Amino acid sequence: MSSTDLHTHPGSAPEPHHQTHEHRHPSDLQYVVVAAVLAVVTALEVLTYFIEDLTTTELVLWLFPMMIFKFVMVCLFFMHLKYDNPLFRRVFFFGLILAVLVYSAALASFEFFA
Amino acid sequence: MSDAVLTETEATGAAPAHTTSTGISNEKLAMWVFLGSDCLLFGALISTYLLLRHRSTTPPFDPAEVFDIPFTSVSSFVLLMSSLTMALAVGAIHRGDVRRCRTWLLTTALLGATFISGQVYEFSGFKNEGLGYTTNIFGSAFYTLTGFHGAHVSVGILFLMSLFVMSLRGKLDASKAETVEIFGLYWHFVDIVWILIFTIVYLIP
Repeated sequence: MSSTDLHTHPGSAPEPHHQTHEHRHPSDLQYVVVAAVLAVVTALEVLTYFIEDLTTTELVLWLFPMMIFKFVMVCLFFMHLKYDNPLFRRVFFFGLILAVLVYSAALASFEFFA
Repeated sequence: MSDAVLTETEATGAAPAHTTSTGISNEKLAMWVFLGSDCLLFGALISTYLLLRHRSTTPPFDPAEVFDIPFTSVSSFVLLMSSLTMALAVGAIHRGDVRRCRTWLLTTALLGATFISGQVYEFSGFKNEGLGYTTNIFGSAFYTLTGFHGAHVSVGILFLMSLFVMSLRGKLDASKAETVEIFGLYWHFVDIVWILIFTIVYLIP
């Protein structure tokens, strides 16, 4: 996606907080395209329910990449992390990674992955 | 400053404008910090569910016995589309198109309400099949996790309706775009949490 696809909302009134921060968003069309991609991936996820004889390991290998893809797409495009100040990304992913590490350790201590 | 001379800010009673050291909005940063901390809350709830779901000593023993995946898939799709309408509302208010923003906010609230209605219907079905909150440890973990998520969606619907009423009263314009955007972050977060719950809780037995 090129930077020319983005617009900076020239009609917006300037806000005091944003004096030094360029504010960019995807266009409406890009939002619709992202939503369509997410809908297709969701359909693929649901499809695994109708496929018999898939083991839990196979399901995890299929579903986790799709889940992570959807998660990242919403964060990057709908939540504007791709375009917004990197500080927001760092703050959010700090909490997210901390949660994954802490609860993975907790699950491991209960032999969940054994 | 002379007492006789009031700035526009003082005259209107609004908070004084200021520049932050980071050059970014404190309110938006606060929302991101809140969302980062909310990851820990939902991480705890999901982990607890994963640990307890197969440890029930009373039926139903298997979550797959009670889940209606096609129904929940439709609910998931509805919530996913509400993220799209929320993003469109944010885009519209940044362009100063209050009327369109109002329409998208109302659509988002309706989609959120549809999702919650579906959750209530689903829970009623589980209850009829014998899975109550205190039936077994799986039920307790499941209802706590999905209930917390449902509470987040419900709070979001209240915020959406507040913004909708503000727009009807003419108090929502392009200068309030950041307010709509910050709320949008909350709504999208609720959506990404459901992306995790749908896969981990419903699709992986």
